[in-house]
Amino acid sequence: MTQSLFFSLTAAGLFGIAIYSFLVYEHLLRKILALNVMGNAIFLLLIAFARRDSTTVDPVPHAMVLTGIVIAVSATAFALALLQRLHRESGKTRLDNVDDESQQ
Amino acid sequence: MSDWVFDGLLGTGLLLLGWQTLISRDLFRSIIWFVVLGLLMTLCWVRLAAPDVALAEAAIGAGVTGALLLNAYRALLIDKPPRHPSSVVARHRQTTAWAVGLAAFSTIVVGGISWALLNLPQAGVDLGTLVRSRLAESGVSNVVTAVLLNFRGYDTLLEVAVLLLALLGVWTVHPKDETFSEASSDFAQNSPLVGALLHLLAPLLVLIGAYLLWIGAYAPGGAFQAGAVLAAFGVMLYLSGRLTPTPTATFSLKLLLIFGPGVFSLIALAVMFWGGALLEYPKDWASLLILAVETGVTISIAVTLVLLVSGSPGLKRTYQ
Amino acid sequence: MNEFDTLLSVLDAWVSKTLVILGGVFYLAGTVGLLRFPDLFTRLHALTKADNLGLGLLCLGLVWQTNSLAIALKLLLIWLLALMASAVSCHLIARYALYEQKTSTKGQS
Repeated sequence: MTQSLFFSLTAAGLFGIAIYSFLVYEHLLRKILALNVMGNAIFLLLIAFARRDSTTVDPVPHAMVLTGIVIAVSATAFALALLQRLHRESGKTRLDNVDDESQQ
Repeated sequence: MSDWVFDGLLGTGLLLLGWQTLISRDLFRSIIWFVVLGLLMTLCWVRLAAPDVALAEAAIGAGVTGALLLNAYRALLIDKPPRHPSSVVARHRQTTAWAVGLAAFSTIVVGGISWALLNLPQAGVDLGTLVRSRLAESGVSNVVTAVLLNFRGYDTLLEVAVLLLALLGVWTVHPKDETFSEASSDFAQNSPLVGALLHLLAPLLVLIGAYLLWIGAYAPGGAFQAGAVLAAFGVMLYLSGRLTPTPTATFSLKLLLIFGPGVFSLIALAVMFWGGALLEYPKDWASLLILAVETGVTISIAVTLVLLVSGSPGLKRTYQ
Repeated sequence: MNEFDTLLSVLDAWVSKTLVILGGVFYLAGTVGLLRFPDLFTRLHALTKADNLGLGLLCLGLVWQTNSLAIALKLLLIWLLALMASAVSCHLIARYALYEQKTSTKGQS
């Protein structure tokens, strides 16, 4: 097992944990956190791919991940602004159409 | 052997931190674990020989995202008494049947990805060698900067536009009647140590930002990392009360915001007059044009990130 | 002359490793203090002091591994910056905790 393979398997595990919490939890801030962790996992996967041939490093995934980090922070900022507006208008932090009392 | 121990610890640490981030009862704890996860990820990327990306992740991914999340968490706490007292509490989730089903789904996803990873074919095109063989024509000698600003410059142009678009989105969503609260109370502003720290750090951070911008052509560094360092400085000024939010942006602030995308787009279009395609730099001018583009992008990224963290249309100096 | 050089390089390696491991021990001590001390202030005290000293020893150990003055000075700069940042953060956290304590006791009494 090479270093690249080890880190890409770790990234797959991290992605699994993150997608589980993204789908399971209802609180929107948790969903945004889970999305960010998913993004980090995919970036790790890309960087691990760049090292598959362990002599030379492939720079194209590096550039892709740099772009991805900036876009992830932009999307997170916008999502958080939407969440704060939703909370301000309605007091909720979830997207339910059903009341919480009937959820449990 | 010690390489394996270190890498093994890093990988296990990543999984444990990811687990803790997403499973903590307290949202505040989750956010702090997330910042720590970002820093550990930085270490992993240094191990995988990606120092440029590690620099950007430490500043933008862990730092600015952490500041944004903490801001949002505080707004959820104090903005309005939540109608549902469980709004800020953690773990409301789907029913147990759904949770088990989703856990099975996630396990299948992980299994599928792992199986694909273990059976990957050999790479068809060796992009690394291809990039390195054409590096001399690109105008810089750092491969990542060459890919980012020359070979794949179109992606970077659109990325800078997306950052500006996110800021416009945040401005649009902000309620009209909101008075922008200052980041800190009098309490933090009056602390003498913060002022001393800012005085010490201000010249250093500007110097480091300029250095990273310049060195990006030759060594790990570049526009995004420099912009992130300057943004960190701006966020520090905002959080310590040295910059006050204002409800409108001044003309010069707007000019700084569009400086990056503007310079990039102008250069991208202007090189077409020299007989090339969009963004095809003429070979003698490539390094100079790349430096001009990087300078613009640095300034815009710094200003945009500070405005994203503060959420307000403008910032001005606090005069006391 | 040759043996002297190799003796020096072996000594360098050993000194470097000892200092780095000692720095790690201080980090461990700080973390144990973080987990086991009862109060916010005692935890801050343990964490800040032990971690700063640990970082100083770590940087010193790494200085022994380089031949370049520039890199040694940069390592020293890293330690100084971390020292400044952690001192100010510790101060702000302690100050806010004290403020919260005072306002909560005022409310109670």
